[in-house]
Amino acid sequence: MHRFARVAGLGVLAAGLLGFGAGPAAAAGKLTLYCSPQIEWCNLMVEAFEKETGIKVAMTRKSSGETFAQIKAEASNPKGDVWWGGTGDPHLQAAEEGLTEAYVSPMRNELHDWALSQAKAANDRTVGIYAGALGFGYNKELLAKAGLPEPKCWADLIKPEFKGHVQMANPNSSGTAYTTLATIVQIMGEDKGFDYMKALHKNINQYTKSGSAPIKAAARGETTVGIVFLHDAVTQVVSGFPVVPVAPCEGTGYEIGSMSIIKGARNLDEARKFYDFALRADIQEMAVQAKAYQVMSNKGAKPAKESPDLSAIKLIDYDFKKYGSSDERKRLLAKWDSDVKPLPQ
Amino acid sequence: MTGLNRTVLGWLALASAGFLLLPWYAIEDGFWRFGWLLDGWPLDPDYAPAIMLLLQGEKPWLWPVAGFLLLPLVALGRPRTAPLAQGVLLAAGGLGVAYILGQGFAIGIPGWTFASLEAAFGPLGDRQFGMGYGALLTATGLFFLFTLGCAARGAVNGDGFVVGSIGLIVMVVALFIFFPVARILVSALQTNEGALSLTVFLDKLLVGKIWGLDCVYSHRACGVAWNSFALAVAVGAGTTLLGLAFALVVTRTGFPAKRLFRGLTVLPIITPPFVIGLALILLFGQSGAVTSLLEWAFGIPASRWLYGFTGVWLAQMLAFTPIAFLVLIGVVEGVSPSVEEAAQTLRADAWTTLRTVSLPLMRPGLANAFLLGFIESMADFGNPMVLGGNFSVLSTEIFFAIVGAQYDQGRAAVLALVLLFFTLLAFWAQRRWLGRRSYTSVTGKGDAGVPVALPRRFSGLLFAVTVPWALMTAVIYSTILFGGFVNLWGLDHTLTLRHYVDAFGVTVGDHGLVWSGGAWNSFFTTIAISTISAPLTAAIGLLTAYLLVRQRFLGKQAFEFGTMLSFAIPGTVIGVSYVLAFNVPPLELTGTGIILVISFIFRNMPVGVRAGVAAMSQLDSSLDEASLTLGANSWQTIRRVVLPLLRPAILAALVYSFVRAMTAISAVIFLVSAEYDMATAYILGRVENNDYGLSIAYSSVLILVMFAAISVFQLMVGERRLGRRSGPQAGKLDLGGQPA
Repeated sequence: MHRFARVAGLGVLAAGLLGFGAGPAAAAGKLTLYCSPQIEWCNLMVEAFEKETGIKVAMTRKSSGETFAQIKAEASNPKGDVWWGGTGDPHLQAAEEGLTEAYVSPMRNELHDWALSQAKAANDRTVGIYAGALGFGYNKELLAKAGLPEPKCWADLIKPEFKGHVQMANPNSSGTAYTTLATIVQIMGEDKGFDYMKALHKNINQYTKSGSAPIKAAARGETTVGIVFLHDAVTQVVSGFPVVPVAPCEGTGYEIGSMSIIKGARNLDEARKFYDFALRADIQEMAVQAKAYQVMSNKGAKPAKESPDLSAIKLIDYDFKKYGSSDERKRLLAKWDSDVKPLPQ
Repeated sequence: MTGLNRTVLGWLALASAGFLLLPWYAIEDGFWRFGWLLDGWPLDPDYAPAIMLLLQGEKPWLWPVAGFLLLPLVALGRPRTAPLAQGVLLAAGGLGVAYILGQGFAIGIPGWTFASLEAAFGPLGDRQFGMGYGALLTATGLFFLFTLGCAARGAVNGDGFVVGSIGLIVMVVALFIFFPVARILVSALQTNEGALSLTVFLDKLLVGKIWGLDCVYSHRACGVAWNSFALAVAVGAGTTLLGLAFALVVTRTGFPAKRLFRGLTVLPIITPPFVIGLALILLFGQSGAVTSLLEWAFGIPASRWLYGFTGVWLAQMLAFTPIAFLVLIGVVEGVSPSVEEAAQTLRADAWTTLRTVSLPLMRPGLANAFLLGFIESMADFGNPMVLGGNFSVLSTEIFFAIVGAQYDQGRAAVLALVLLFFTLLAFWAQRRWLGRRSYTSVTGKGDAGVPVALPRRFSGLLFAVTVPWALMTAVIYSTILFGGFVNLWGLDHTLTLRHYVDAFGVTVGDHGLVWSGGAWNSFFTTIAISTISAPLTAAIGLLTAYLLVRQRFLGKQAFEFGTMLSFAIPGTVIGVSYVLAFNVPPLELTGTGIILVISFIFRNMPVGVRAGVAAMSQLDSSLDEASLTLGANSWQTIRRVVLPLLRPAILAALVYSFVRAMTAISAVIFLVSAEYDMATAYILGRVENNDYGLSIAYSSVLILVMFAAISVFQLMVGERRLGRRSGPQAGKLDLGGQPA
């Protein structure tokens, strides 16, 4: 018997290693949510949805880039149902690659135009949930210490006295920085836009990896100015850091935080329920409880008092269809890589 | 003779049970849910065993499996030397497993998986999901029938256990290392549309962004490959020298605070990612405490020196010096004092002795320490992320090629190949440098010598280097601990416990205790996953080590290389490749806790292997031979003789895999799910959201947990050492050697 016993021991080890598991269950009344905004907001949404519908939500929080990579890797056997939140470009990319499902929600007539134009750009495969304008924020203590004038416009950031004071993310790694590049190109035209990026490059002290890092650095006094989305700057202000958000005078672009239903969702009905739920005014108003200061897509949702007032900001007519497409993105990034990044600072 | 028959019968019974009784396909509710027993089993197609499916006329492609199960009956009752019996076992087992895997890969959720099969046989009109208990048992049973056949043929002296073990490890390494890595490396050759193309690969490989040398002659940045390489060499050399300095101070001087030194060395190993980088910013950043102090006191203007090569190097030195120390302390202790005494008797002075006798004997330790520092630095992701500035390295580039604005998995695969190339180069160089010389200095005989004192000036230099460094480590960790107890680290330093309450609050609700803190869920999962994976890692690592050291078989070098491969692959690549490979049938594992356990086992296995090899090489094989001569078989020898002598190695492997499972991040990001969230993924989300207080509070708790675990393990090691001369801590040799 010994021989069998010992070989069986190996078998148990093998079984332990090979343990073939199964994914989360797909019985009725369940929903798998991929959530890209901050965890507090995700938790709020999950709680509210579970309370109202009784549908059990399994939620995973990952940044939008990570979620996109995950959905793409899972494409042949999707595990998620809804992808809620996160900047719009990866949602558009997912739509372009056929990873998400078209859905026209009955809530549509309550939405702002910009939310619908996002849906249009993706052939109804995504929809806008919130908008956040691009801009920059500065640390007022450091600004005073360096004796610099308050920057008000994009043009101020390329002044020679700001040399070494400005931080932005690398557009190759961050959607925020890509939005900056695309915004400048749309405001100034491609040639002048790239001249601007070259001039800005001289003043940049660091290209960070993550999109919101520049304003966190500004908050902690590691840089004077950080180019970011304004709501990220507001978050720092609310935390108590000496940061001042600025909406540039020339006008600025914006991101549309989006929501998509994943193609092949196992719980399609629940996914649609969540989709309609997330577009409701009362649900969108909860954002402020999670310290999220974006402007929400439902016209009826009252903005938080800290939120940047989009009507007071000069927003450009951002062409999401063109600048969200992977060909245009690859082209602009390659041009930035060859024309701007290698220049001496 | 009956032995073989009984074993064959046993495995056959197991395989048949998988075919006749248990659900063939995976249960969607999860591996450990048993609702199917009462819910339509055995007839409901979702839960039916293969035989029931076949009798109902479904999944006809499973019929041949029945044939492979009947075939071995022919072998029963025949002697193991009979060629017929051997052939039958080999055929039934080998072809059976191959068939089960083949049909699993060929037929998936959309029907035929490969277009060529669809073209050849027409649309299938049916589909299948991931394999379940039944398929698992049948495949396992058939597989061991195959290895029995090999053993009966005379492979490895006909030792069934050894052949089975080799087979098992080859199988799991192939499944969980080669298969997923191959999946992602294929994408290095693919265009975005999925077609294979060598030009695409070369286009992505031969670009200035990777190989450019502009920084040598201009202001431009160099390619990421050179950045990574230069950083890794600097970190490898730096950690080795500093680790050696610490090891010499602790073993060869009368320094009073030795114990404290040892304690400090454990801290960085068990520190979750990002934390050291953040602490450095708070101290040395443009508005950091030390920077402000210097500016105020000496008028030294604040600068951004921390961001870039220098900062990353500093952070990695802090993080990885302890690993070099742990490797070197064993080696320094192991240098035989008698040899040094002999040198002195021959009138060599202290300095000459050190230079010509002691240091050369430490070469294996130095080489190992350098190698580990080099690899750790190459694969480190947290520090370059926080402190890199404009200085790009391969690991962060890989991460952002996958999750950044480029969405270019092919580029990530190409960069991963470059990283792999450098790591393998380092392995090769280490082997070259050590050569085939003998560095043995611990023998069974007692060594009554007393270690020679270090030259005066030299020990002065050592103190001058190690004491400030230890102080800095202490300051950094105080800063970190402090950060968990204040309102907003770096801004509002009012003392508070709120981060601990947010993370680990417990309230009394209507139905008893409520774990209301946000961190509990991931905390419990992390503890559970670490506790499960640690012993499995140790077991499979030591089994491999035993085979490598004590057995001789064909292809041993390739076998060794295969088991070490996962060491060199960055975590991000492993993470994405696991999702690509295990999200679809036949091995559908994503979203489970099992995939986390498996990823940890195979990421950390090389350390178990190295620790085991090092410890086992010290054991005289005459011990095994004596046991075998006295009639024990190989399994009894392992259990009664080898294992008890290996306890330090076992514990080192346990500690290491436990700690690594709690602190790994880059692979884990892609494998966590709603149900199985891990501590580091949770902390990363918090750091992204600027919530440093909670991240640090959580990290501090993790550090405490790991300290407790390590103390328990070390107590156990201490018990074995009682009454013996302390030799090199071979088991600790490779502690801490892997990308996070």
